[in-house]
Order: sequence, then structure tokens, then C-alpha cells
Amino acid sequence: MSSRLFELSAADAVEKIKSQEITAEDYINSIIERISRVEGKINAFITLDIKRAVERAREIDKKISRGEVVGRLASIAIAVKDNICTLGIRTTCASRMLENFIPPYDATVIERIKREDAIIIGKTNMDEFAMGSTTETSYFGPTRNPWDLSKVPGGSSGGSAAAIISGEATLALGSDTGGSVRCPASYCSVIGLKPTYGLVSRYGLIAYANSLEQIGPLAKSTIDCALLLSIIGGYDPKDSTSVNTPLNNYFNAFTDDLRGLKIGLPKEFFGEGVEDAVKRHVWSAIYLLEDLGATYEEISLPSLEYALAAYYIIAMSEASSNLARYDGLRYGYRVECNDADWAKIYARNRRIGFGSEVKRRIMLGTYALSAGYYEQYYLKALKIRTIVRRDFELALKKFDALIGPTMPTPPFNIGEKIQDPLTLYMCDILTVPANLTGYPAISIPCGFEGKLPIGLQAISKPFDEGTLLKISFALENNTDFIKRRPAL
Amino acid sequence: MKKHITISDVEHVAWLAHIELTEEEKEVFAEQFNRILDFFKKIDEVDTSNVPPTYHVLDLVNVFRKDEVGEPLPKDSVLMNAPKKEDGFFKSPRII
Repeated sequence: MSSRLFELSAADAVEKIKSQEITAEDYINSIIERISRVEGKINAFITLDIKRAVERAREIDKKISRGEVVGRLASIAIAVKDNICTLGIRTTCASRMLENFIPPYDATVIERIKREDAIIIGKTNMDEFAMGSTTETSYFGPTRNPWDLSKVPGGSSGGSAAAIISGEATLALGSDTGGSVRCPASYCSVIGLKPTYGLVSRYGLIAYANSLEQIGPLAKSTIDCALLLSIIGGYDPKDSTSVNTPLNNYFNAFTDDLRGLKIGLPKEFFGEGVEDAVKRHVWSAIYLLEDLGATYEEISLPSLEYALAAYYIIAMSEASSNLARYDGLRYGYRVECNDADWAKIYARNRRIGFGSEVKRRIMLGTYALSAGYYEQYYLKALKIRTIVRRDFELALKKFDALIGPTMPTPPFNIGEKIQDPLTLYMCDILTVPANLTGYPAISIPCGFEGKLPIGLQAISKPFDEGTLLKISFALENNTDFIKRRPAL
Repeated sequence: MKKHITISDVEHVAWLAHIELTEEEKEVFAEQFNRILDFFKKIDEVDTSNVPPTYHVLDLVNVFRKDEVGEPLPKDSVLMNAPKKEDGFFKSPRII
């Protein structure tokens, strides 16, 4: 028996477990053993659920031996970002505010993966309330990049990406408000997909900026990514922004033949601030796609220059409204103080419960929405959003996908940018347009600069995740980047 | 439009947002807010006359469901996370 079952893809592990070539218990034990070996270095998890995981694996083995049908994710260890509610498992948003919050219900995506017999191995570390691009603002300390422990893993779903590339889980769920799935996918060398807005239910996702965010899969193979997407996607009456449209069959997309695929390369994705090394690796991938039959053309989307500012104004405004619910009354941090009135206690709970980036965004959002500034900031940003969307609509009439780097630089040092919020916001410059427009986008490993991973981003038309997975499959099948693992 | 965010502007926004701040935080935030808002002013360059705002990317107007009573969460689950509770109620600080 191989002791490295943690290295299996989800698709392979499920097949071997269903055919009884291996047991679910041996597989889950291999994952658990791996966690005990590497988690001390990585800090990918806030909460682990080991005991229940073993019990679930045994139940699945019993079901299989009795000849019962098991789900499409039978016993697969999934790492779930800690802003997705899990019944009975602490869900903290990496915040002191929710340090002891235990959800009384499951998010819709959690119900769906459980229905397919997945195992939630743990809840992953993230930037507090998903506000960040490095996983450094977590109340539970930073996650480290498995490829170089001195570097950030990206964020805000940094724990999810780091967990799967380290073999601590086979699949992961993240959430993406301005790049929070794609950024850590790029920095940890995994595939990360932000679905079209409305494809995946947000019911049970703790809201940060609800008009921008989607839950998305992170995986170590395109097939695994498609598998998880096809399970979490689809209409949910509990989310009024969930779109009632039939789910595509993503598995038709897997071919090496890219003839007829038209790619647009917005020059703004390769502009100032994007490091040459990053451009070089992305161009190598573009030439490869060309060799497989795709054609490309360089274009310009001038409105992209304004997307980042518009994104932050909208995200902060929505955050100021969404996070008003943290009053320390029904749940959350509450100071011990009996002689003060409601307003004082409320404000003090929030001073102690929230970290500085969360306070910064709530206050700037409050400012942007306040009398005298609403039109200048918030309303203006929403109009810019319309212009960016029109640019994308027009470009994607002509092209099947827009391609560029996911991140402007390779992973940087922990502590390097955290003191300067504006510098940190600049990291999101290439990822936010997909959130402003609601379009689907993916990050695919496309190279290494030294030992540091580089990711390629592709954006397609609404509900055309199939094209993104097709590009991902072609790159996966013709390079070895996604197959590499960090030495831990 | 005022050019500069002052400490008292920060205090006002913090009051609106119900966040207590230390004196040190007020200074740091004032400096950072000025730089971040300067960056936001980039959007002033764009002519947005006759452009409608996009509040939401989906063309949804109103989404209705049938007004049917579902199964609510049990009371114990609802109160489970409350820092203070009494006799099956949330216990709030003094309001008046």
C-alpha cells in the first residue's frame, strides 16, 4: 500500500475507493498524516475536523462494502475557506469577532458537497473577512507559501490554496470578491476558478461585498476543478441572485485541439507594474496555446485603468453595510461591560473584534456612502462599472477568452507590503475586472520564476466556464507546472 | 470638496460606523485615508454623463418566492452563539 495516497487527484481517489482498490480510511489517514507533518510550517488551517473525518471515511467504506451507491466526491478531503458556514464546525472569518462562532446551518455549497459524500477536513485560513491579498490579516496568524516559507501564499483564500498544494487536502473551496481565489491559486501553483456571478449560491457565505463575490473551486487538476464546479454550481432558491439556468457539461471541454479558439490580449494586462518575468511566462503559455491551434490578437480595453479604484470604492461601500450586523448581540465578540450604553458597547465590540484592515474598509465605505460624497465616489464608481462591462461585452463578442497574468508580480515576502494598504490594493489590479463585470475567470499555473509560481488568467463570457477549463486542460496536458510539488 | 481628511473627519466616520478608535489609530487612518482617497480620485478623469450605474451585474428586478412558512431553526440553535442570553431571549445592553 502506497503511503502517499494524499497525492492522488480527487477523480483518481474516488475511482480507487469506489472500486475498493484502496479504502476511504487509508486515504483519509494519509491526508491526516500529511497534515501532521507539514501544517506546522504552513498554517493553512484555522480549525481541523480530524475525528469526524475518520468516522465519515469508515462510514463510506461500509457503504461501499455493502454495495450501496456513494457520491461523486466519496470521502474526498476538502478544505473549506473559513467564511463558508459549516454546521457545527467553528466558522471564524479569521476574525476575533467570530472566534467562537459555530454556525447552526450549512451553506448551500456545503450541503451539496456533503450530498456527494465529501469530507470537510478543516476550515482554512484567510485574510480577515476576506479583505486582503496575502492571508496576513488573519487573527490566527499568516499562512506561509509552501514553495518558499518566507513568501505570502496570496489571499484572501491563502489557506485553501496552500492546503491543497501541500497535500493537506485534495480539493478546496475559496471565495473571490476581487481575486481571492485566483490570487492564491497563482501564488501556490494550483487552478482556481471564479464562476460567473450567480452560478454558485452564496447562501451561507459570510458577506463582504455581495454584488462582487462568488464561491469558487481550487484544484490540482482541471478535471478535479470541473468536478467540484459541477457539484457546487446551479440554482438555489435560498440565494435570490442565483441564476436559474441549466448547468453546462464541463467534461466535454477536454481536448488538446484548440483550433477556432480566439484569444484577446488586452495590453493593459501587460502594462506598467507587471514584472517582465511574469510577462515572459505568460507569453510562453500563449505561444503554446497558439501551437495547439488558438489564434490571438492584442487589443486595448482603456477602461481597465479605472477598474481598480472603482472596485475598491464599491467593495468598501458594500462592506460598510454588510459588516454593520456585527454588534456582539446575537453572536460575535462582546466586551464585559455593564455600566455603558448600547452605542458604546457596540463601538467597543467592533474596536476589539475587528482588525485594522476591516476597520479601514468599513470606514472608507461609510465615507463613500455618506452625504456629500455618495455621488462623487459610490455612484461614480458604479458608472465606471458600466463602462468596464461594456468594454468586456464588446471584446468578448470578438474573442472567446481574454488572457493575461493573474498577478503583476511573483509571490513577495511576508511583511513586505502589509504596512502600506494602497500598495497592497495594487496587487489586485488584474483580477478585479472579472468581479466588477461578473464574468468568469480562472488562474492556471504557467511557469516558475526560480522556485516561485506564476499564474495565467483567462476570462470568458458569462456562463462559459467551459472555455476556461478547456484552456486549463490544454496547458495542464502540455506542460508540467501543475504537476510540480513543493519540497516540504 | 475638501482637500484633506482631518482627525475630526476620521472621528465623524468612526462614529457613523460605530467603531471606537484609539488616538493613535485616528492619526494613522487620517494619513492613509488621504492617500487612498487621492487614488480614488482617478475616476474623476472619466466622463460618465449619460452612463447609468450598474448596481448589480444580473438583470434581475425582483425575485419572489411563495409566502409559505418553512421549518425555522430550533430556538436553542438560534441562541447558541449569543454572548448573553436570558429566558430564551438575546440579552442586549441598556438602550435608553
